[in-house]
Amino acid sequence: MSEPVIELRGISKRFPGVQALDNVSFDVREGEVHALLGENGAGKSTLIKILTGAYQADGGQIFLRGKPVTIPDTRHGLKLGIAAIYQELSLYPDLSVAENIFMGHHPSLRGGLVNWRQMEQRARAILHELDADDLDVSRPVRGLSVGNQQRVEIAKALSHDARILIMDEPTAALTKHDVDQLFAIVRRLRERGVAVVYITHRLEEVFLLADRVTVLRDGRVVGETLDVSKTSQAELIRMMVGRTLDTLFPKTPAQPGEVVLEVRNLCYGRTTRKVNFILRQGEIVGLAGLVGAGRSELAQVIFGVTPAESGEIRVNGRPVSIRSPREAMALGIAYVPEDRKNQGLLLRMNVRENTALAVLRQLLRYGFIDYAAEDRLAKEYVEQLQIRTPSLLQQVVNLSGGNQQKVVLAKWLATKPKVLILDEPTRGIDVGAKAEIHRLMNALAQQGMAILMISSELPEILGMSDRVLVMRQGTIVAELDRAQATQEAVVAAAMGADELHMTLVASTSLNP
Amino acid sequence: MSTPAAPTLPPLPRPRRWVVQQESVLVAAILALTLCVSLVNPDFLNTSNLLDIAVNTAYIAVAAAGMTMVIVSGNIDISVGSMLGVCATIAGELARNDVPVPLAFAAAVIAGGIMGAVNGALVAYARIPAIVVTLGMLSILRGGLILVTQGRWIESLPQAFFFSQRSTLGIPNPVWVMVIVALLVWFFMRYHRLGRAIYAVGGNAEAARLAGINPRQVHFFVFVVNGLLVGLAAVLYASKFTAIQSNAGQGFELAVISGTVVGGVSILGGTGTVLGAVLGSLLISQIGTAAVFLKVSPFWLQAVQGGLILLTVLVDVLRRRRMT
Repeated sequence: MSEPVIELRGISKRFPGVQALDNVSFDVREGEVHALLGENGAGKSTLIKILTGAYQADGGQIFLRGKPVTIPDTRHGLKLGIAAIYQELSLYPDLSVAENIFMGHHPSLRGGLVNWRQMEQRARAILHELDADDLDVSRPVRGLSVGNQQRVEIAKALSHDARILIMDEPTAALTKHDVDQLFAIVRRLRERGVAVVYITHRLEEVFLLADRVTVLRDGRVVGETLDVSKTSQAELIRMMVGRTLDTLFPKTPAQPGEVVLEVRNLCYGRTTRKVNFILRQGEIVGLAGLVGAGRSELAQVIFGVTPAESGEIRVNGRPVSIRSPREAMALGIAYVPEDRKNQGLLLRMNVRENTALAVLRQLLRYGFIDYAAEDRLAKEYVEQLQIRTPSLLQQVVNLSGGNQQKVVLAKWLATKPKVLILDEPTRGIDVGAKAEIHRLMNALAQQGMAILMISSELPEILGMSDRVLVMRQGTIVAELDRAQATQEAVVAAAMGADELHMTLVASTSLNP
Repeated sequence: MSTPAAPTLPPLPRPRRWVVQQESVLVAAILALTLCVSLVNPDFLNTSNLLDIAVNTAYIAVAAAGMTMVIVSGNIDISVGSMLGVCATIAGELARNDVPVPLAFAAAVIAGGIMGAVNGALVAYARIPAIVVTLGMLSILRGGLILVTQGRWIESLPQAFFFSQRSTLGIPNPVWVMVIVALLVWFFMRYHRLGRAIYAVGGNAEAARLAGINPRQVHFFVFVVNGLLVGLAAVLYASKFTAIQSNAGQGFELAVISGTVVGGVSILGGTGTVLGAVLGSLLISQIGTAAVFLKVSPFWLQAVQGGLILLTVLVDVLRRRRMT
C-alpha cells in the first residue's frame, strides 16, 4: 500500500458561530480516488479550501509526502501540485482553450511576451493525455459543452503538474455521456499516480470510481476512512445522517383541509422537471433535497419569478396562470426567499417601510400612502412576531438576523396569504429566534394556512413537517408522511440511492 | 411595554445617534458659508445678492429634483445638459416664430418628456446601462442641435418670453418654480406608492420585484419625469437671458449631478431626498458666488466642487460599509 502523498492531521477551523471542522484527519495516496461524502454544511468545502490553501486551519497540521507544510494561499498550493476543480467552473469564456489552460503561467518569450506557439503545443499535449484531442486549443471557451469546459479545467490543473487533484461534485451538471468520459479521465489520472479527492452527492459514483471513502458530519470525520469494497450505500447513508434529533420542535399535528395548491407537470428549463404535488390547508409540507436539487427554483416558478414553461398550477381547484410575483400575490401565494439580504429586505429602509412594501396598495388614502395606517400595520406585526427593534423607524440593516427574518415574514404575512412558501426560514439565525419562527409556523398552519417549507436542515424538515417531499435533479422523487420520514429515508431519496438500498435502510433504522 | 422574563434575548441594537441628516449638515454649511463670506464682504448679505443666488440655482435645482428620482432608482442621466440645450432652443425658436409663449414653454417641457422617454425605454426595456444610454443621448442631442441651429444664437425674442426676469409678489419667478417643484416632488416621493417604489427598486431591485413591484416601469417612469423637469429647467434658463446659444447647457449635467450628490442622494441608489438635492444645488451656487465676492479664482471653484462630491460619496460609502 502506497504512502499518503498528502495528509491532514487534527485539522480544525472555526468561523464566527460555527465550528466548521473539528479535529479532522484525512489522507490521500498516490494513484487512488478518495471519495469525500457528507450532507450540505458537513464541512467538505472547508476541508478542500484548507487543502488548496484558500483557508488557513486554526489547528492541526498538513504533511506533504511526510513533511509538514504550510499552504498560505492557492498559488502556493498549485506550486506544491495541489489543484481543485470546483462545481462552478472558473474559465474566461472569451479567451481560447490554450489561454485558459495556461492562465497565469503561460510560457513566455523574453520581455514577458506570450509564447503562443509553445503554449498551444503544450495545451495540445495535455489534452492528448486526457484523450481530448478533438478540442481545438485556439477556439474560445464560450460555446464549449459543459463536459468540454470541464476537460479544460482538468487540463488547467494538469498544466500545473498537479499530483493532487480535488474534484468538487464534478458530475453535477454533466450529461450521461460526459460522465462516462469524465470517469475515464479520472481512472487514467489514477493510473498515472495522481491522487484524486472526489466529492460527490451521488452514492453510486463512490462505488463506481472510488477506492476509499471518508464521511464528514457536522465538521467531524464519522468513524474512520473506509475501503469502498468493504462498505455499502446503506452504511454510508447511516454514517452521514446518524445525528440525534436533539432540537425540540413544538410540532402540533395538522388537521389538513381542502387542497389549496396543486401543481401538475410543472417545468422550467433544466431546473424544474415535471413536478407534481399538492398542498392542503393547515398543513406544513417540508421540501427536502440537496443544494442544487431545484427546490428554490421550484418555489420561484410557482411564485412567478421565472414563470413555468409548461404544466399546470391550480389554486383552490381552479387552473391559474402565474406570470409574475404580483399575480402570485393576488392569488394568495407568498414567498419568503432564501437570501434575506439580497432578495428579502430593503436594508436601508426602515421596519415600517419593509413591512408595508408588498401591501402598499391597500394602505392608500385618496391615492396617497396613509402613514398612520402603515404605522398600525407595522406595529401589529412587530407585536405579533415579537420583532425586537427600538422603533418602527429603525433601518433593518441594524437589526439582528433573526429579527430581520421576522421583518421579511411580516412583509409576507401582511399580504394575508393562503399559501406560504418559506425558503430556508431559519438559516443563519439564533436558536431563540428559530424556535419563535417554528412556533409561528405552527400557529399559522393551525389557522388554516398551507405552508411549503424548503429546508436543508434535516432535523427541521423532520421536526416541522406533516409531509415531506424530496427533490432530486429538478423533480420530486419521494413523498413521505410524517411517520415514514426518517433521516435515512429522506437522505436516501435525496441522493438517489436505489430502491433496494432504501428498503435496507428502512429496516436497519429500526434497530440502530 | 412590560418586559417578559427572557434574559437570553440579545441586546437591542441601539439607534445610531451619530448619523446626522444630510439636510441639516447642508443647512449648517450654507449658514456658515454665508456668515464667513459676509464677515469679509458685508455686501454678500444683501437681499438682492441672496435672491440672485436663488435665481441662479433655480433651474439647476429643478433638474436636480428630477435627477434625485433617477439616482434614487439606481440610475444616472448625464444627457440633461444636451436636453436642456434642445428644449431651450425649441422654446426660443417657437416663440420667435410667433407661437404664443405659454405654448412654446409647454412644447419645451413636452420635448423634454419625450427625450426622457427614449432614455427610459432604452434603460428599462432594452436593458442598456443608464450611463451608456445617456452618454449616447448627450452626444446625439448636442451634435444634432448644432447641426440644426448652425451654431446661431436665438435673438429678438418677444418681451413675454422673459419669464425668469420677472417677479411675482416680490419673489423672482424662478424661485417660485423651484419651491413648487421641490414641494411636489418631495410630496410624491414621500406619499405616492410609485415614489416609494423608486426607493425600493434603487435599494434592492430583486426584493422589490418579489414584492410585486415592476422595476422596469419604475425605471421608465423616472426618466420620463426627469425629462419633463429638464424641459421646465430649460424654460427657466432660456427666459433668463436675452439670447439662447446653441451650446446652452454645456456642463449643466455636472452642476445638476453635483448638487444632487452633495445633497446626500446616494449615487448607489436607494436613499436621498429632494430637499437635500435642492440644498446641495444651493450650496454649490453659493460657493460660486462666494468665490466672486472673495475674489478667488474660478478655477478653485471647480476643485472645491469636485472635492465636495468626493467627500459626500466617501461618507456614504463608509456609512454603508459600517452597516454590512
